[in-house]
Amino acid sequence: MSILEKPNYTLANKPDGVEGTGYFVTSLDKAVGLARKNSLWPLPFATSCCGIEFMATMGAHYDLARFGSERLSFSPRQADLLMVMGTIAKKMGPVLKQIYEQMAEPKWVLCMGACASTGGIFDTYSVLQGIDRIIPVDVYIPGCPPRPEQVIEGILHIQELAHNESLRRRDSPEYKAMLNEFGIE
Amino acid sequence: MTQISTNIVDHLAEQKEYTTLNLGPTHPATHGIFQNILKMDGEIIVDAESTVGYIHRAFEKLAERRPYYQITPITDRLNYCSSPINNMGWHMTVEKLIGAKIPKKVDYMRVIVMELARIADHIVCNAVIGVDTGALTGFVYLFQQREFIYEIYEEICGARLTTNIGRIGGFDKDFSPKTWDKIKKFLKEFPLALAEFQSLLERNRIFMNRVIGCGPISAERALNYGFTGPNLRAAGVDYDVRVMTPYSSYEDFDFIIPVGTHGDTYDRFMVRHEEMCQSLRIIQQAMDKMPEGPCHADVPDFYLPEKQDVYNKMEALIYHFKIVMGETDVPVGEVYHSVEGANGELGYYLISDGGRTPFRLHFRRPCFIYYQAYPEMIKGSMLSDAILTMSSMNVIAGELDA
Amino acid sequence: MGMTEAQQETIINAINTHFNHAVIKHEVLYDMFTVTLRKDAVIPAIQWLYDNEEMKFRFLTTMCALHYPDQKDELGMMYQLHSLENNLRIRIKTFFPKDLPVMPTLTGLYSAANWMERQEYDFFGVEFKGHPNLKRILNVDDMVMHPMRKEFPLEDQTRKDKNDTMFGR
Repeated sequence: MSILEKPNYTLANKPDGVEGTGYFVTSLDKAVGLARKNSLWPLPFATSCCGIEFMATMGAHYDLARFGSERLSFSPRQADLLMVMGTIAKKMGPVLKQIYEQMAEPKWVLCMGACASTGGIFDTYSVLQGIDRIIPVDVYIPGCPPRPEQVIEGILHIQELAHNESLRRRDSPEYKAMLNEFGIE
Repeated sequence: MTQISTNIVDHLAEQKEYTTLNLGPTHPATHGIFQNILKMDGEIIVDAESTVGYIHRAFEKLAERRPYYQITPITDRLNYCSSPINNMGWHMTVEKLIGAKIPKKVDYMRVIVMELARIADHIVCNAVIGVDTGALTGFVYLFQQREFIYEIYEEICGARLTTNIGRIGGFDKDFSPKTWDKIKKFLKEFPLALAEFQSLLERNRIFMNRVIGCGPISAERALNYGFTGPNLRAAGVDYDVRVMTPYSSYEDFDFIIPVGTHGDTYDRFMVRHEEMCQSLRIIQQAMDKMPEGPCHADVPDFYLPEKQDVYNKMEALIYHFKIVMGETDVPVGEVYHSVEGANGELGYYLISDGGRTPFRLHFRRPCFIYYQAYPEMIKGSMLSDAILTMSSMNVIAGELDA
Repeated sequence: MGMTEAQQETIINAINTHFNHAVIKHEVLYDMFTVTLRKDAVIPAIQWLYDNEEMKFRFLTTMCALHYPDQKDELGMMYQLHSLENNLRIRIKTFFPKDLPVMPTLTGLYSAANWMERQEYDFFGVEFKGHPNLKRILNVDDMVMHPMRKEFPLEDQTRKDKNDTMFGR
């Protein structure tokens, strides 16, 4: 999506369907997508500076609760969205991968900041040069650290993905093949 | 009640099985990535072992490959809750090395920025102590104020968190009138919010029961462990770099160094709280006494010339080129400079061999040094107290692991 | 912070008498009094400074290892002590060859030295004799190099996307 065209971010739009007195019929995909979109439970995997900006995003000024994501799930089992914020060192890599594996499907990954995306300015022997070397990533947020507005936009992009995702995607052979590339069964 | 003979108690103690609990590295209550392997007897911690290094980023090695002015962004990411202090500390270290003479005005501007940063850092720590005791309200109140500090940073340098404020030799530009307005507004509004936060927690019986006597350390042990900053002062030692070896004209200001007595979580909380009040006083004094003058020192080898001059004057163009390409020569020497960071004495030990990059740069990172006392501090306490002790120590992962 | 010349004299004379002329060099580097000692005298000298009732150097500010590849004794250690009561600082340095990077530990005197020594072991491979738990602290345990030594590269060696032709590196 280019910067110029503005995405239409309205919350909880009614999906297409057939409507009459007392009933509304739509496909399961759309109903589930709507529910998933507006109740993402993020797992904040905050390691460094970006974590502080995330705290600001959660605070009263920017208020992530407006987008249905205020319920932080510190347990990977109940989380939908893994938010990786901050530098991931090589020592941390296996931990991150384990957490990703523990999360239940469907799951999305948001990669916040330059360090998590590419290693950033830390092109050093101890830093993992981008978390996409070990786990698949859905949305990258650039910045060092990104502003809270950017974090919110990243979450909105994740919402779009969750909203439009087919219910069968996670069972497809392509998805399995993609996970296998990362060595995840 | 039946009398149990001591023999049986001893016998039971021998037979006792301990639980091993792995706290971290991504435990939500640890505020950063530290791993602690705890040996538990029920709810009591018998032994603990800390593992750190989960975001080791090789700052010291990185600094050996970068020209001096490019090290400022690295220092941002040391203690990212108060990055301006780190920036200023680094600039002052280089200025000490090159022997630059800094105008009074720059000193005062620096003091304002550094004290704002100290407030911002203490807000995080104290608000988080509140959160860990179950008082989320204070967090929401104070973080709103923290946004205003960010706004002031934005007016000065354009960034919020990793600020990169200032240059070697001073500031890139003078504070704008809008900045002054915002600082004045902050000085007026923040004391009210702070008083509200104080009234929420300071005499709150639940809070006091929870934090008094939690994770104490004696002054003697604290010194032996190399504690500095609010944690040392909470233990009763009035060591503050701002007073012991004044830098950036701190000797011009009148402020109090708060000290605690027991070195427990409550003392640490109160010391930080009082320091915020004192920081406000310092900022007010600096604003009242702000001298006139240029906002940077006369160090053309390090301070970028005006853009106008770069286009029109040969000399300025040469300096600009040399700085940007990192070809400036510095004197050979070894210098140690320390500033009072938000959580202790932040030292820079710089060895220069005259080249474009430091030969060796060692950061004295207060967190790294005092966090090793953590196992000793939590031994014999409850698990939930261990969490509180950690949040009250203000351990910042980025600074700890460097 | 600056130490008077009389105090400097006292320290040099004391170390020389007590530890068999251990002072190799002494100088004042940017208001910090720096003494270079023989390796065997470093820890006793720090102990002496700690015990000295007049100076009371009882706070270990920091320590770090040094690596000068062009020197005969390549590796070194730097200790920085602070007397909080008198507000005096002193820096103690020592050098030793690279193939025998062994130093006695300071953990007996200062608890703070524990992790600092582990860090320098991790970075430079300086082995501290008598350290209770000498293992890597910041890097992964199975790392083979000591990355802060000058011969090791800074960059991550697994990156394939860098094209240096334009930068002349």
